[in-house]
Amino acid sequence: MDLSDLTIKEAREKLHKKEFSAAELVQASLERITAIDPQIHAFLTVAQKEATKAAQDADQLIAQGVNKPLLGIPVAAKDLYSTQNIRTTAGAKIIEHYIPPYDATAVCRLKEAGAIVIGKTNEDAWGHGSSGENSDYGPTKNPYDLTRVPGGSSSGSAAAVATGMCLAATGTDTGSSIRLPAAFCNLVGIKPTYGRVPRYGIIAMASSFDTIGHLTKTVYDNALVCEITSGKDPYDGTSADVPVPKYTSWLGRPIRGMKIGLPKEYFDANGMDGNIRRVIETATEVLKNLGAEIVDVSLPHTKYAMACYYVLVPSEISSNLARFDGIRYGYTRETFGQEAKRRIMIGTYALSAGYYDAYYLKAAKVRTLIKKDFDDAFSNVDVLIVPSFPSTPFAIGEKTTDPLSMYLSDIFMCPVNLAGVPAINMPAGFVDGLPVGMQIIGSQFAEEKLYKIAYAYEHETEWYKIKPNL
Amino acid sequence: MVQNKTKSMNQELTTYEPIIGIEIHVELATASKMFCGCPADQFGKEPNTQLCPICLGLPGALPVPNKKAVEWTILLGLALGCTVNEESKFDRKHYFYPDLPKGYQISQYDQPLAINGSLELKTQNSKLKTIRIHRVHLEEDTGKLMHATVDGQRVSLVDFNRSGVPLVEIVTEPDFRSVEEVDVFAKKLQQIVRYLGISGADMEKGSMRIEPSVSIRKSQIPNPKSQTISKSKIPNKNKLPAYRVEIKNINSFKFARNAITYEIERQTELLERGEMPTQQTRGFMESKGVTIAQREKEEAHDYRYFPEPDIPPMRFAQSQISNFKSQIGELPDTKRTRFMQEYGLSEYDAGLLVESRKRSDYFEEAVKATLDTGNQAIKLYQISPKAIANWIINKKVDVACVTPAQLLDQIVQATATTSVSDEDLEKIINQVLAENPKAVEDYKNGREQALLYLLGNVRKKLSGTMDMSIVRNGLLARLR
Repeated sequence: MDLSDLTIKEAREKLHKKEFSAAELVQASLERITAIDPQIHAFLTVAQKEATKAAQDADQLIAQGVNKPLLGIPVAAKDLYSTQNIRTTAGAKIIEHYIPPYDATAVCRLKEAGAIVIGKTNEDAWGHGSSGENSDYGPTKNPYDLTRVPGGSSSGSAAAVATGMCLAATGTDTGSSIRLPAAFCNLVGIKPTYGRVPRYGIIAMASSFDTIGHLTKTVYDNALVCEITSGKDPYDGTSADVPVPKYTSWLGRPIRGMKIGLPKEYFDANGMDGNIRRVIETATEVLKNLGAEIVDVSLPHTKYAMACYYVLVPSEISSNLARFDGIRYGYTRETFGQEAKRRIMIGTYALSAGYYDAYYLKAAKVRTLIKKDFDDAFSNVDVLIVPSFPSTPFAIGEKTTDPLSMYLSDIFMCPVNLAGVPAINMPAGFVDGLPVGMQIIGSQFAEEKLYKIAYAYEHETEWYKIKPNL
Repeated sequence: MVQNKTKSMNQELTTYEPIIGIEIHVELATASKMFCGCPADQFGKEPNTQLCPICLGLPGALPVPNKKAVEWTILLGLALGCTVNEESKFDRKHYFYPDLPKGYQISQYDQPLAINGSLELKTQNSKLKTIRIHRVHLEEDTGKLMHATVDGQRVSLVDFNRSGVPLVEIVTEPDFRSVEEVDVFAKKLQQIVRYLGISGADMEKGSMRIEPSVSIRKSQIPNPKSQTISKSKIPNKNKLPAYRVEIKNINSFKFARNAITYEIERQTELLERGEMPTQQTRGFMESKGVTIAQREKEEAHDYRYFPEPDIPPMRFAQSQISNFKSQIGELPDTKRTRFMQEYGLSEYDAGLLVESRKRSDYFEEAVKATLDTGNQAIKLYQISPKAIANWIINKKVDVACVTPAQLLDQIVQATATTSVSDEDLEKIINQVLAENPKAVEDYKNGREQALLYLLGNVRKKLSGTMDMSIVRNGLLARLR
């Protein structure tokens, strides 16, 4: 059995028809990891024992006729997700030996739905990065070209799903960290509305930005997982008390008459590759042919987004990492990686007496303006479509010596986090054999609209069927 | 007489006036901690037994505020005459210390729950004084460090049971001018907190802690006889000194008094020597009764406050705030005035009775019982509120052990105890019968009320207290 050829939807059907057991499915997943992960380095911890046991339990339930939406499905969790009794490092050496005594809410919900956590995936330490190269445990490789980055910070999650080491993987998205690796690895990656999926138990990067989502091969799989993980959590005061629609029921509905905005600031950006622009234009043509109306819109404060982001996010990072003070967890602060240290320094500076007003407070005000840009845009259109990245995936090492150019990788994505709105990356085609992603951005809690359009587009194009050659 | 003006210009009086403000921390007696479900009652518990990922600050754990703690803080704010902020929020206060597991304390910075209150004091010389309350805010307590020897090694251990216990901070303006004022204020605050039932406010258990800030204002007051001083030369009486000294580690009212007294003397001596005290934090050493320097101004923390992103801001509607106001109940000052008016008690007695809510409630229950009772003896003796008050105060009645009904019985019995000899009683009875032949006649004609009239006359003549049933029997025997 090759998981590369399976979606969650197909695997559920085959489990149901007893074409294979959960134990066989999990075994195949573990074997795939053993076979190819030495090349990819997607996993930091493989929970072989726990997963094997969980698969047996799942088979028993299946035999009893129990039906759960993810029963027996092997999923991977980004290493920022606390997993009870399974080592959780956040990709950082400083908590190399940390074993959480509790599960994150999202992990609980996945397990309750029957999912089997197969292991913990590699990532830029603490989520700080766009390429996966900031992992304290070494980078993950892009399955479509092993010399290139898979995108980050949910690098291992993307590579694991793209190569069929599991059927879905969780991620976190503070500035791009689900959508960018989804774009670089030809996957569907959802960054839901801030507060849609609870953050409890997920190691915080920047608390007012961190969004909990996941990566899958198809839109159906993605919507299915999202309706499981979403919803109010009494343990997270910032989780939204907004009813969760059955996202899968929105798939297949016509998109005729939907209004799609193309923000000019994104298409005119510096360094925008002509090939990428053509891919996105072709994609919008597809949607136009399905009856959507395409209009130009403007998000005038886009140019301030990166500066604003890189004041606010490091400020929150410096605070959230303060607990790793050398008293507990076994290592002292010298063990922090370069990027973590850099962000702690920037954030500490921005929050210091005498600088707070000029940096943090000002950036907070700019954030309000950027949020308003999106609100204004959504008063005219249903969704926005922008490229996910200005070029194809870059080479490993290409940007590591220039942190600023690395920061600018997220230029098409960070504004979405500043606004807190949902966005999804859709596979939109290939340039020189490398995946290109398209972002569909919606208004607050309009995930179902994103899924509806994404599904219509996927139905026409089926880019997900193009697998990496390993 | 010709005055030497030059000389009088130089005759200035130097005065040293203490300027004191205080911060008081009160641990709230909520069932659970500030941001998690662990029990908040941590005193005397086995170390590190009341913990969870949240109060341990484990990676990924998030705080969810305790609604009761927020409400109680607002109640206290209102009881101290504060304005409740319609919009309030939590902030992170960053500093490094091993007992602070997140590296920051969740506190409140620029939008505390309540601001701008005041509390009126009466000092021993009966002078009224108003102390302004700057703010009342809510935060979480830290863990506790313990220094011990384990396996022959001197080690520092951390007990996180206290970590995350709700803590209210009350900050006054620098309005105190004496140790006594601070003492009266602190005790009065403790009383209010206890009245509200939001904390035991026990200094010894650390559920109430005082941190005074002391400085000395040195003033040159010009000789009042001098006529030529221009107005501009009169020093600004309201100007605060350019420094202040904060004193930590105080865990009793007595130590607070001692620490402030010591600090006033220390700073005055410095000023008299012409030196300027420096802004610093000092710790009180109870064994020696002195304060010692801990941290200079230059070493002051930059707490890097910023809004706590894990907790949405709080909003309170005016209707909610009014609702909180109605929950406060009668506070000691109001109750004392009422007791004086309603029961004719002296200010002193009323003050003693309202010391605790329990005691004042007990008093009123006993008063009520004298009216509602079916007990003839109690009716007969017409036990007054004043008598009940005296009894409670003088006999130091343990309100936990004696019910108000039992108390009344005690008073009746004691009142009834005879202090008049049989001969004296007989004499008085004979005298009364002789003085009231009409009543004797009426009684003999079957008018029972005449007996009561005679009884009353005997009681008036009794110098001591006496069981009235004995009097009654005596009277009846003579009337037969």
